[in-house]
Amino acid sequence: MTATWLRQRGPKHLLSMADLDRNDIEQILNLTESFAEVGERSIPRVPALRGKTIAWLFYEDSTRTRLSFETAAKRLSADTMNFSVGSSSVNKGESLRDTVETIDAMGIDGIVVRHGAAGAPHQVSQWSGAAVINAGDGWHQHPTQSLLDLYTARHHLEDLEGKHIAIVGDITHSRVARSNALGFSKMGAKVTLVAPPTLLPSALEGWPVEVTHDLDEILDDLDVCYLLRMQLERQGQAVVPSLREYHAEYGLTSARADRLSDHALIMHPGPMNRGVEIAGEVADRPAAVITEQVANGVSVRMAVLFLLLGSGLDVVDDQRAIA
Amino acid sequence: MSTDIAITNATIVDANGTRRADLRLENGVVVEMGDKLDGDTVIDADGLVVSPGFVDLHTHLREPGDEEAETIHSGSRGAALGGFTACVAMPNTAPAIDSIAVVQQIYDAASDALCEIVPSAAMTVGRAGEQLAPMAELVRAGVRIFTDDGAGLQDARLMRAALEYARGLNHLADGFSVVLAQHCEVEALAAGGVMHEGEWSSVLGMPGQPAEAEELMVMRDVALARLTGGRVHFQHVSTVGSVSMIRAAKEEGLAITAEATTHHFTLDHSACQTFDPAFKVHPPLRTDADIAAVKAGLLDGAIDAIATDHAPHTRQAKERPFLSAPPGMLGLETAFAVANTELGADIEQLVGLLSVNPARIAGIDDRHGGTIEVGRPANITILDLDEEWTVTGAAMASRSMNTPYEGRSVRGRVRHTFWNGDHVVNMGEATR
Repeated sequence: MTATWLRQRGPKHLLSMADLDRNDIEQILNLTESFAEVGERSIPRVPALRGKTIAWLFYEDSTRTRLSFETAAKRLSADTMNFSVGSSSVNKGESLRDTVETIDAMGIDGIVVRHGAAGAPHQVSQWSGAAVINAGDGWHQHPTQSLLDLYTARHHLEDLEGKHIAIVGDITHSRVARSNALGFSKMGAKVTLVAPPTLLPSALEGWPVEVTHDLDEILDDLDVCYLLRMQLERQGQAVVPSLREYHAEYGLTSARADRLSDHALIMHPGPMNRGVEIAGEVADRPAAVITEQVANGVSVRMAVLFLLLGSGLDVVDDQRAIA
Repeated sequence: MSTDIAITNATIVDANGTRRADLRLENGVVVEMGDKLDGDTVIDADGLVVSPGFVDLHTHLREPGDEEAETIHSGSRGAALGGFTACVAMPNTAPAIDSIAVVQQIYDAASDALCEIVPSAAMTVGRAGEQLAPMAELVRAGVRIFTDDGAGLQDARLMRAALEYARGLNHLADGFSVVLAQHCEVEALAAGGVMHEGEWSSVLGMPGQPAEAEELMVMRDVALARLTGGRVHFQHVSTVGSVSMIRAAKEEGLAITAEATTHHFTLDHSACQTFDPAFKVHPPLRTDADIAAVKAGLLDGAIDAIATDHAPHTRQAKERPFLSAPPGMLGLETAFAVANTELGADIEQLVGLLSVNPARIAGIDDRHGGTIEVGRPANITILDLDEEWTVTGAAMASRSMNTPYEGRSVRGRVRHTFWNGDHVVNMGEATR
């Protein structure tokens, strides 16, 4: 059985979880396991991407995702260059296309893009010859976040088929929710979105999800309770009356966390608002695998970079090649 | 020494229906109609349709202010190629057309245009929605249509005042009822939406504007037309609800007219999944049901006219991300072909929607639209209803190339356009 995305000819990008099918995802997660092992070595570095150059094009502030990608690139021995938007020609009014063509002219193999506007990485992929990885575009997609979440959940639950994940919080403005709704459902899990109607996209027809406004009704059944960051400024935007009320109705309080199954995981993409979407104490329970998600992020991004920029396809069939 | 032009074997389609006749044009007017006419130049129109020139109620010519995107000359060239002999220039220029000085600037810049440029003016000073523009002075300068297009007038009290005040200006306009044209969009509800709010905005993670953002203002202005007896024209109507409210208001006898663009009856919001800002427009591309309602409205008369909302933008402006790119699409050079291909209207209906009705709405039916007859100005377009061609933005006369129909195959082409007898398009090519 061949994976469609992995086997696709021509320039390859990772723009959306919609690009991947279940087999693609499984192959990426399997490769991630091998790279996780690299991370445990005393010198966690392999020469897999030696001579390759990756540019970071971050139009939105990001510390975690950026550091995670940089660590992944270093462990693969890639060269990296940073197109720092704040201090560059972008602030002088240069268009996205001109910026991309400038970077492209320097001869690079990959561009990792984060942008506040949905679809910007798609546009970059049309203007550059390099492989493009979406590191988060507006409210749209954040595929490597979803892959690291799937990896983390699969690591604990073994198989995601038939498992039940609730994604709780501000779905409308969340690229993580859009990515994970696709990712977890593609892996056979049941996905329930939990949010007040004011934080749900207006039309969910065709989404592979169920929807509830009552977190308590599904707590007992959950294998994963995935909490989204509640943007503090939302309380002024006619979507929730107050953060206090949000916490009471949709937050994972200690009482709610007590009702979760023993094996159930508590996940969060970070950064957390303790006391809003998650009670401070709950974030520190063993069931909360939030720092593990961060650690796995590096391994997943190594796998993605290697598949897009390296001789990745050869090793999908023979994973010993990178050992 | 004047030369004359004979158009022979013509099938004429105008406000009087369809008939066959030869025409002779001289000194800018139709001087003779009959059989087997001759002239210094003879155009054999056998198999072609001869129509009154088209009138676009909604054209953004970008001059003054954004001449890199379009000028009055380049826009009028595209208009002539699209069969238009008159374009109503929208006032959202920089500066806005809100004073007689800018109106005069438009007339001056139009001196080398290839069609008549009819300036509309802003309802409010600077299109800011706060204070009425000097409407009487502007009507004296020739303005007949007022609009803050690009935005709707949010303040209901000010809209009421504009409608009432306009009613007192008819004596300055030769008895014509001055028109207030509204871009219907309640900003509080549109809330920065860049596409239609629905299944695609949900998937793509882009802020949407609901159909109700348009419909609430249609509802309000129908009520204000009833209250004031003023004349409201609804621009670029795009939703099921808007069409049905306008239909009902007309049945009630209110002084209401409406236009729809070609893109609102041919393209739907799924086009936005490409993230190509060529598909970003306000009001946004909507659903299949909305497309069907707009088509039905055009076919049954609820909507009076096809307008282009021709909105040129430079390449660099349309190469921004979808979220921040400016809204708008080209339309002048494709409107007839797209309508002919997609609307399902016969040619008599198309001539009504593209020429006769918009000329009447704009108050220029003494010289555009109407009928082709001896003594009337020779504003005429000659159409091939069957020619198939492929839309290419780069091949257009417009300085911009932001057509949403790039690569699409369409049927119907403008062969000749005469503006006041001036042969501005000959065999599909602009003559200047």
